[in-house]
This record gives sequence, structure tokens and C-alpha cells, in this order.
Amino acid sequence: MTAVEILQFARGPALGASLAVLVAGSLWRVLGILRLGSTPDLSEPRSSRLLAGAMRGIFARMLPRKEFRHGRDFGIWNAYAYHVGLAVIVFGYLPHIHFVERLTGLAWPALPEPVVYLSVGLTFVSLFIALMERLTDPVRRLLSGFDDYFSWFVVVLPLATGMIAIHQSYAPGAAPAPPLDPLPVALHLLSAELLFLWLPFGKLAHAFLVFASRGVTGAALARKGAIL
Amino acid sequence: MTERARRVLDSAKAPDARRRRGNSVAQAGRDAAFQLEACVHCGQCADACHFHRVTGEPRYTPIYKLRPMLKAYQREAAPFSSAKKALGFAPPEVTIEELHAWSELLYDSCNLCGRCTLVCPMGIDIAGLVRRAREGMAAGGFAPPDLVKAAQRALDTGSPIGVRWPALKRQIELQEKETGLRVPVDVEGAEYMVVLTSIEIMGFPEAIGALARIFRHAGATWTIPSAGFEATNVGVQMGSREVAAALLSRIVEAAERLKVKCVISPECGHAYSALRWEGPNLLGRRYGFEVVQIAELLDRFVREGRLRLRGKDARRLTFHDPCQLVRRGGITEAPRRLMDGVSANSVEMPGSGAASFCCGGGGGVSAIHRAEGLRFAAFECKKQQVEATGAEALVTACGNCRNVLEEAIEHYDMTLPVLGLTELVAQYLDNDGR
Repeated sequence: MTAVEILQFARGPALGASLAVLVAGSLWRVLGILRLGSTPDLSEPRSSRLLAGAMRGIFARMLPRKEFRHGRDFGIWNAYAYHVGLAVIVFGYLPHIHFVERLTGLAWPALPEPVVYLSVGLTFVSLFIALMERLTDPVRRLLSGFDDYFSWFVVVLPLATGMIAIHQSYAPGAAPAPPLDPLPVALHLLSAELLFLWLPFGKLAHAFLVFASRGVTGAALARKGAIL
Repeated sequence: MTERARRVLDSAKAPDARRRRGNSVAQAGRDAAFQLEACVHCGQCADACHFHRVTGEPRYTPIYKLRPMLKAYQREAAPFSSAKKALGFAPPEVTIEELHAWSELLYDSCNLCGRCTLVCPMGIDIAGLVRRAREGMAAGGFAPPDLVKAAQRALDTGSPIGVRWPALKRQIELQEKETGLRVPVDVEGAEYMVVLTSIEIMGFPEAIGALARIFRHAGATWTIPSAGFEATNVGVQMGSREVAAALLSRIVEAAERLKVKCVISPECGHAYSALRWEGPNLLGRRYGFEVVQIAELLDRFVREGRLRLRGKDARRLTFHDPCQLVRRGGITEAPRRLMDGVSANSVEMPGSGAASFCCGGGGGVSAIHRAEGLRFAAFECKKQQVEATGAEALVTACGNCRNVLEEAIEHYDMTLPVLGLTELVAQYLDNDGR
């Protein structure tokens, strides 16, 4: 298989299959939870504004409560660093926007390349710090298993392959023209596809489960008028 | 209902991991599943838990306490569980040894205080899940023997420590003599029916006299039932739905028999949680009466002008938040307004309300003798919050907290009186013209 054929495979059947698994697996996971059902709460609610409670639950937990800003502070801020860094890279880098545009027709203005490159470096360092903390902190080490380490790996891999592919030149615009050296881009795409394949099955699914978890707790606590 | 609860307790005498697993999986409904699936293993809940903070033991990390429940869920009920089992990727079955080990984590080292719930960035109600995990443990026979014995006593005598009606009657008579007021018993059609805890009856009986003074002052009709007077619900603490429902049904039957409009939950955090939030769900029906916690009622009376207060305590006072009333129960402002009404020098502890530490005895821990050392150790966190205020006396609205705080204060050779909020309010009633 030549490098061009690998790229064609990555852009064609591998991409289609991984996206199908991503969507179907995520839906299956959510529906599999929904099918467990719930029983109605018969206690008299203190507040019936459950949707507002759910929304408050979702947004209020985006920042730690001030009373709890101590202890694992560095780990908390480091988690913000790599989440924001990944968002900048995924949504702010022009080739990624072209990639999404080819798939969906949606596009938006890109961030300046130096900003993205800085994000790549910081995110890479931040993810390694996160791994070191997971390996050295007794609590996190106790809680961690295969899912934690493999999920870290499938996030770092596209970042690493992306760094290799970063200086590939493309024809301008969203046209899927092959780069001068197709192999780095092919590997980058394949590593991203590995992430798509794993996301619905492991802890990376917190990308969507977090809203449900925060929402149900927010609604339940709001029902009691309890502290959110 | 009581017979069924007895049968369930008897059947749980022989520990059985399968019975526990089946119960855990059945309890993992949609909301619990969303939460179990969302954990990212960040470990922030460890810092919120006083048992972890004082010992540094990673196994006291709140989310880790749910591991057997999570394993059972992942093996039996989670999405992809069948495929994972077929491919050999599912977690192994939870063993009887694991469950014995986790009995300490789920009972001795968890007050269900909910600090972990508030700190979790994924919004996982860890305390609520521990409460559910206890149901599986109780069904499987892994609840601490002290709680099982207390449950048996509660089913047999009506009280977890064996307080029967004659004992309460004696305390009522003493309080009637003390206050010169009649304490109404079994009065049909009264507005309010007051239930009490055994701790109050035996340890702080002056609370009964305080209630008599308050209701007389407010001009409200009230009664104590001679049957169904015990508010403590050890079934909720140990996680036995059957025991909890049997004990709750006695209160509900009394309220319905006496045709009262409102049942007053006493100064007890978990009793309020059991009666107010869990009761209708355990019994499978809505109540025909309102449930109000005593601090809420006093606050309501004061704001309606039915209770007039005069004079204030000049000491430096601080209020200890009972977790099930404040953090978990939504009663944050009422006790503070009452404190302001009776105290000239009330100060808040650091982290009061949301981040207040538990007394260490909530969630049934105070009834588990083997957990006593750990409970006293955990009090170190509360002690720091109290000492930061420089308070001369501690006030709370939970008899169990009061008892536990007094024991811990003695253990640490501190000198700090612990007062009940209801008694404090009764002390400052303006009786002129009443």
C-alpha cells in the first residue's frame, strides 16, 4: 500500500466507518442508559423549576465553587488548560475547519496559526502533566484503569501525529487536494479516527454524558431547593 | 409492612453477594446510570471528604466507595454490557470479600453529607449513589451489625434504642410539670403533629417543653402521637427500603388517624430527609399532609408575626449546618434568620452552608461502634471550622448532630456548649400580652 493509498483509505472508508461508529456508539450508549427508565418522584417538590435547575447544574459546575478551590488546584487548572487547548486546536486550525467543511458544509473563521501552534505546545505539555499526576497521585492512581490510560493515549496520538503533519502544504480552500507528503496526514487522520472509534465506549464519552449527569443532579437538587 | 421488613432483615443475616448485586443493578435507574457513566476519575471528591482529609487514605475517596456498585452496573446493566461479557471485557463479578471490605467504606466512612456531590465537576450525586449502594449492601446482608440490630429494635419497639411510649409519656409529664403547660397527645384534628427522635426524648427532653411554649405562643393546635412518634429512620440509614417503609408507615398512619394538616419533622437531619423526600417514594404514594421541618415552621411563625421574640443571647454563637437539612434539604436561610432573631453575636463558620463539614456522625455512622475512632478523627475538620469563629457556644437543628458534637467536644477536651435551635427560640419568646 502506497502513502497515497493509505491517505485515500483514511479519507474514505476509515473515516466513514469511524464516524459511523462514533455516532451509532454514542447514540447506543445514551439510549442504553435511557432505557433503564426512572420512577416518578412522589415527594412534594420545593421548586418545580426543574429545567432551570438542570441548566444551572450544567453551567454552575463549569467552575469549581469558591469554597472548594483548594487541594487539587493545579490538577483542576491543568484540566482547563488541555480542554481549552484541544478546543482551540480542533475548532481554530484552518485545515480542521476545511475538514469539517468538507463533511458538513459548515465553516467559520480560523484562529491565527501562531495561536494554534502555541496551543499545541501547551496542550501537549498539559496532557503529559495530567498523565504524571494520574501516575503519581495516590487517589488518581487508585481510581485509574485501562480506560483512563488508553483514553489519554488516543487523545495524545492525534496531537502528536498532527504536530508531524503540521507543515504539510495544501492547496488553498476546502478542496481535498493531496499534500506533498501524504503519509503524515494519513497517520494523523487515522489517529483521529482511532479517537472517534474509542470515544463512545470509554470515559471520553464524558464529552456528552457530562451534560446529562450535571443536568439530572441539578434538577434533583433544585427540586429540594438544595445547594447546587 | 413490619412483618415484611422483619423477613427481609432475617433473610439478610446470611451475606449473599448475588442478592446484593441484583439489588444494586435494579436500583441503577436512568439518572444513577448517567452519573455512574460520567466519572472521569479526577479525584476532586477526595479533597471534599473529611474521612480522606484526616487520614490521607485514598480508599476513602467518595467515588471509590461506589466501585462494587459500578462493577455490578457495568457487568449487568450498562450499555454494551452483553457484548463486553461475551468478549471477556466486562468487570468480574463482585466477590463476598470485596463486599465485606466495602461495608466499612460505604457505612463507617460516609456520612452521606454530600460535600463530594457539590465538588464533583461531572455533577455526580455521589452521596445519593452511596445511599443507593447501601440498599444493595443491606439486601445482601453486608450492613453493619449495629445498624441491623437498631433496625430490629425499631421494628420491635418503635425506636432504634428501644424508647417506647411509656418512656416518652414520662418525659412529657416531666416537661408538663417543668413548663406548667399541657402537651397534647393523640388530639384528633390538630393542625400540627410533632414527631420526635429517641435522642431528643432521652437526651434533650427540654425540646418537648420548648415546643409546648412555642405552640402556645403561636396559638397553634398540635399533638404528639402515642403510636408513630419516632422520627428516626434507621432503615434509610442502613439502606433497607422495607425497614424504612415500615417505620415511615407508622408516622403516616398516625397523621392520617389524627387527621392533621401538617407533620413537623423534628431537629434531625436524616429524619427530615426520610420523611420529607424519601417517604412518599418508599411508600409509593403521596401524603395527604404537609411535612415541615421545625426550623422552617419556627421561621414561618416568626415571619407571620405569630411568634414574637424579645431579647437576644449575647454570647458569640455559631450555627452548625446539619447536612441533610441545609446542603441536601434546602433549609439554608430559615435557621439563619432564627439565629439572627435570638442572637446578638452570631458568626458564620468558614464554608458555612455549602462547604460546612458534617459533625461526623451523620448517615448512621454515630450508631456504628466500630466507626467511633474514625468519626472522632473526622471531627478534626469540623473542629477547625468551629474554632475559626471563636464561638462561645454552638447551635444546631439536629439532635443527632448535637449528640455527636457533644461527644467529640468531650473527646477533644474542648469547652463549648451545644444548643438546640428550637430551645433557643423558646427561650427568647416575648410572652408579654400572650
